[in-house]
Amino acid sequence: MPRLLIALGVALYAFLYAPLVVVVAYSFNDSRVNAEWVGFTLKWYEQLLTDASMLTAAANSLFIALASSALATLLGTLAALALAQRRRQPLLKFLTLAPVAVPDILLGVSLLMLFVLLNLSLGMLSITLAHTVFSIGFVMVAVQARLAGLDPALLEAARDLGATPWQAFRRVTLPLILPGVVAGALMAFTLSIDDFVVTFFTAGVDSPTLPLQIYAMLKTSVTPKVNAISTLLMLLTLSLILLAHRLSPGALRAR
Amino acid sequence: MRKPPPSWLLSVPPLLYLLALFALPGLLMLLVAFRLPGDYGGLMPLWSDEDGALTVNLTLENFTRLVEDDIYLKLLASSLLYALLTTALCLVLGYPLAWMIARSRRRWRDLLLLLVILPFWSNFLIRIYAWMIILSPVGALSRGLNALLEMLGLGPVQLMFSPTAVIICLVYVHLPFMVLPLYANLEKHDPALLEAARDLGASAWQRFWRITAPLSLPGVLAGSALVFIPSFSMFAIPDLVGGTGGIMIGNVIKQQFLEARDWPFGSALSITVTLVVLALAALAAAAARRGVRHA
Repeated sequence: MPRLLIALGVALYAFLYAPLVVVVAYSFNDSRVNAEWVGFTLKWYEQLLTDASMLTAAANSLFIALASSALATLLGTLAALALAQRRRQPLLKFLTLAPVAVPDILLGVSLLMLFVLLNLSLGMLSITLAHTVFSIGFVMVAVQARLAGLDPALLEAARDLGATPWQAFRRVTLPLILPGVVAGALMAFTLSIDDFVVTFFTAGVDSPTLPLQIYAMLKTSVTPKVNAISTLLMLLTLSLILLAHRLSPGALRAR
Repeated sequence: MRKPPPSWLLSVPPLLYLLALFALPGLLMLLVAFRLPGDYGGLMPLWSDEDGALTVNLTLENFTRLVEDDIYLKLLASSLLYALLTTALCLVLGYPLAWMIARSRRRWRDLLLLLVILPFWSNFLIRIYAWMIILSPVGALSRGLNALLEMLGLGPVQLMFSPTAVIICLVYVHLPFMVLPLYANLEKHDPALLEAARDLGASAWQRFWRITAPLSLPGVLAGSALVFIPSFSMFAIPDLVGGTGGIMIGNVIKQQFLEARDWPFGSALSITVTLVVLALAALAAAAARRGVRHA
């Protein structure tokens, strides 16, 4: 491979990672301004722990992410199983995958109108329902990856040995696709806890999530506290994503 | 022996959920674009009955307003330009990266690819924030650049709150979307083709433009679509780093829904954005078909 290309590759990886390193580094910097290195401190993390609005936002985000990833995992797994039984279901394929391709803002504003017209008050429930819409497709793809590698002879053997369809599913299919299901759940959780745009339109005023809180701080008063919460959030989501990758390599590419 | 549950039973819950929360809101938006706004946000009733004369409150006004006031067309045009420039830059940066990954040793490939995927599973706002720090006037980059410009006798430039900042963030956020489909395509190329071309005396340049480039066209188009679509309708990036000179059509959509509370006009803008995307997708698909025929 030409040297020039390798140098370019290294530069591009630096372009991808240097900005994230900057955010993390300044979270330990003893200065209000993210400009010069002054000295090491953990005070921004300490401030985070005493910031009531930040803690509320973190709790909201966790709750929404757990609820929407549970719902998306259930619906996405069902969709994958349905498609494994019968491939020709264009409507199902379209409805699960299109929300991934549609611009976030259009998803957000159209759901905002729906919720308001249905008199559903904007808050935790509306955010959870909205996040599930774009997560189902990710779960489905992760589960499909496992189902594709499933040997149909195993199921036939279970049935021949007298297992009911439910037993065969419970004892054969489910354990084999479980890594895909868990990987899908982890991705859905990450998508939800990170989502800003759809949340922004479906959140109303009383239920700030972490990204909404970060956005508010970026608009008004940026302090290294933002770096601290960003570092923690990245640590959480990147660990989950690496775990998902281990469980089901290839599933991540769907995004 | 009992039969397994039919597939429709499995598909009913996800189908119902997505019909209600994806298809229905989409249709709703299409209808709202032809309605009139209510006095306090929301919608004017579809029927109004004044002195026994029934009027139907449907209108094309939202679309004519979009065309009459050239501010919206200008914003659409500039957003198109931003998104196309972003797509082009992502292609220029992403192609060599994807090519390098596809040509590296097998045991490195998965790691290199994972390293491209990881940043875009990190929070979107954090990635913009990183550039807010880097481009800030007190940051090392701005100060260094301006010191250099001063030595050359040129005025200082402001990186933050400018169209440049918007483009940088758009490219940064969307680059992985370009690399993945390109990699998936380049990885499948048969090396024998390039060897044959080399044996027949083609230069490296010829081999690239006559073989690799045409074969990778589907990857290029898929990557371009994945970058263009979210870039074109972006509102958070211009909102945070664009200042007054760098707004995009997404900012107006956001403003119509959250501040002006004019749902019908906001919906008309959203529909227009969707139509532009679909038109370009159709063009790209046509180009791909021609490309495949000629390749």
